[in-house]
Amino acid sequence: MKRRTAGLAALALMALAAAAAAADTQDNPYLPVDGADFRSALSPSGTGAGTGTGTGTGTVHVAGFLLQRHPVTNAEFLAFVARHPEWRRGAAAPLLADADYLGHWQAPDALGPAAPPRQPATRVSWFAAEAYCEAQGARLPAWHEWELAAAASRTVRDARADPAWRQQILDWYARPAGQPLPAVESSAPDVYGLYDLHGLVWEWVLDANSLMGSDEAQKFCGGGALSVSQKENFAVLMRVAMLSSLRARDTGHALGFRCARDLAEPPQ
Amino acid sequence: MKMPMRLLMLASLCAACWTSGVSANPPGAGAKVPGDFGPPHGEPIHAELTSPPQVPPPIHRNYPAKVIVELEVREVEKEISEGVSYTFWTFGGTVPGSFIRVRQGDTVEFHLKNYPDNKMPHNIDLHGVTGPGGGAASSFTAPGHESQFTFKALNQGIYVYHCATAPVGMHVANGMYGLMLVEPPEGMKAVDHEYYVMQGDFYTVGKYREHGHQDFDMQRAIDEKPTYVLFNGSEGALVGEHALKAKVGQTVRLFVGNGGPNLVSSFHVIGEIFDRVRYEGGVHEQENVQTTLIPAGGAAIVEFHLDVPGSYVMVDHSIFRAFNKGALAVLKAEGPENKSIYSGKEVDSVYLGDKAASPAPVAEARAAEASGTLTKEQQIKAGEARFTGTCSVCHQANGQGLPNVFPPLAGSDFLMADKRRAIGIVLNGLTGPVTVNGNGFNSVMPPMSQLNDDELANILTFVRNSWGNSGDAVSAAEVQELRASTKRPEGAAH
Repeated sequence: MKRRTAGLAALALMALAAAAAAADTQDNPYLPVDGADFRSALSPSGTGAGTGTGTGTGTVHVAGFLLQRHPVTNAEFLAFVARHPEWRRGAAAPLLADADYLGHWQAPDALGPAAPPRQPATRVSWFAAEAYCEAQGARLPAWHEWELAAAASRTVRDARADPAWRQQILDWYARPAGQPLPAVESSAPDVYGLYDLHGLVWEWVLDANSLMGSDEAQKFCGGGALSVSQKENFAVLMRVAMLSSLRARDTGHALGFRCARDLAEPPQ
Repeated sequence: MKMPMRLLMLASLCAACWTSGVSANPPGAGAKVPGDFGPPHGEPIHAELTSPPQVPPPIHRNYPAKVIVELEVREVEKEISEGVSYTFWTFGGTVPGSFIRVRQGDTVEFHLKNYPDNKMPHNIDLHGVTGPGGGAASSFTAPGHESQFTFKALNQGIYVYHCATAPVGMHVANGMYGLMLVEPPEGMKAVDHEYYVMQGDFYTVGKYREHGHQDFDMQRAIDEKPTYVLFNGSEGALVGEHALKAKVGQTVRLFVGNGGPNLVSSFHVIGEIFDRVRYEGGVHEQENVQTTLIPAGGAAIVEFHLDVPGSYVMVDHSIFRAFNKGALAVLKAEGPENKSIYSGKEVDSVYLGDKAASPAPVAEARAAEASGTLTKEQQIKAGEARFTGTCSVCHQANGQGLPNVFPPLAGSDFLMADKRRAIGIVLNGLTGPVTVNGNGFNSVMPPMSQLNDDELANILTFVRNSWGNSGDAVSAAEVQELRASTKRPEGAAH
């Protein structure tokens, strides 16, 4: 598994930042997700930076990893912005975050009534999300990691064949948009103890930009998702479609994130 | 029509004669493509978009222009049937989406805006666009963003557009389709009214007319078993006060599309014959058509002249869809009778079903029930609205029934003798001999269990307090109790 940033200096800086961020992570700990050979909705060749390794049979191997218990909240992101003023609204370069970045916050350093502290942090670009995770000595999860974790229900690790589980996810899509987001951990955890992988917000992944090459955008249009191997699994398709519609500087009203770490890395 | 550009260029080499006499290609415009009348002239024009059933006015322009279309995607919660809400995904806030009208040869600068509060990414595939995906790849747009692409409207005709974002079926099933008209350069023959009607099939977790908010049911969609088949996205869209209107002596042109996602429509207007149909939206006309087939993802232009006043009911003539899934719309023609053509018998009572009556009393009764203030009078009014068309088909509007065939309800000793039995008959049907007011009947009444508890309670309260009957009110709780404790064939209807 390969990190995007490298170099000793960077590592040292990250260690410092990680210590400072320890307070945030107590409330949002990293929980283990076991490695698995996993039948992904995307063909292995469909992803570039993913950690999954194709086996040629439509199955990918995902190594064990750690994933945050819930999406990063407004309060957690506020603490990050306080330590990293370059990521305040108005300070972040337009190349790295679009005009709506943290647009619902009362001020660049204050949440205000439209951004309750326990609500997932949204209107955050991929760059900002990745910067947040790196400041914790972590990273965004790769698509295959996120997909593996999100396949779980309350009782089993792969609930994707369960129509009731699928319908539950689809029901979220069917609910009207534009209402205030609930707080994190408002619903039940899955078999790993993770919350809100479905039913709350979309989440950035590390390789969001390479889920489809630019010439592959057709696959989500017209003829419809030709590269997607489990066509009945619309719930997953929605995620891929959403992520592939975004550029890394984009933000969204219902688009958040959480961080991941390699299992091999000692947590602190 | 989506011909790869290379093929199209080849075709144009040997078919330059196809281009119309209106062609205004300046020198140096390159290889001619049929329908390409050269670069746009004049100032850019902002297209006027209309919500269904309205159609933008005819174009009356004799040169190709640059036309700017701005279409906003909105995810909205609306009524799909009386008392039933659904989250529609829409182009322009309505199902079907806004009607787009351009002229053949126009250069269309298309802006697709995805409203920031929307949950989903969306795009648009316009069947009237020549180019891969019909614009789909170029218009893939995340919430809070806008995409722009430009195309030349090369082919005249009426074209479906729809969202083509994965999962395509779900986006279409939620209402993401509409029509674009590409007028021929010389325009279309003037008519008195143009209307926009589009059929679609819908898939809900709950049964037909089950109250409350209903979610999309993926399995039903895959099985192609719709809960609703509708014109313009709602059972009430084109009936009652929303019926289309015209006058006797006028000619009506309907742009009729079918968004699907699954069903093919057998489009028919009861009591009319289409004088002209541009079937499949193409350039050829058929005359004297009773029913025209409209494929999913297809459209037609139908025209007819109104000779006799009355209500003309549009249906999908796969007729269970009309009477059991909602595929009914009405065009009301006003004007003097012409008894030499038609005796003037009203078609409403037979064909309209329960859509003939205003749904207002039903809504009022539901609100009153929710707030605990429901009166017997409100129940009677709501029951009358439902009785009309449903029960009146056999028992007649005056409750007299038909001698020896359908028993009377008016002054009926059988009806009034046992309230519980009456509820049970409406719920579960009745087969076999009965004696009503001294007369024997031996017939079949189908179960009406598709109606809700409160609807049945209101209908029974109405019949037990009309035409000389006098009794107490029937409550929804009484119906519910009987429904739970008795058996009936499922899915029974009219």
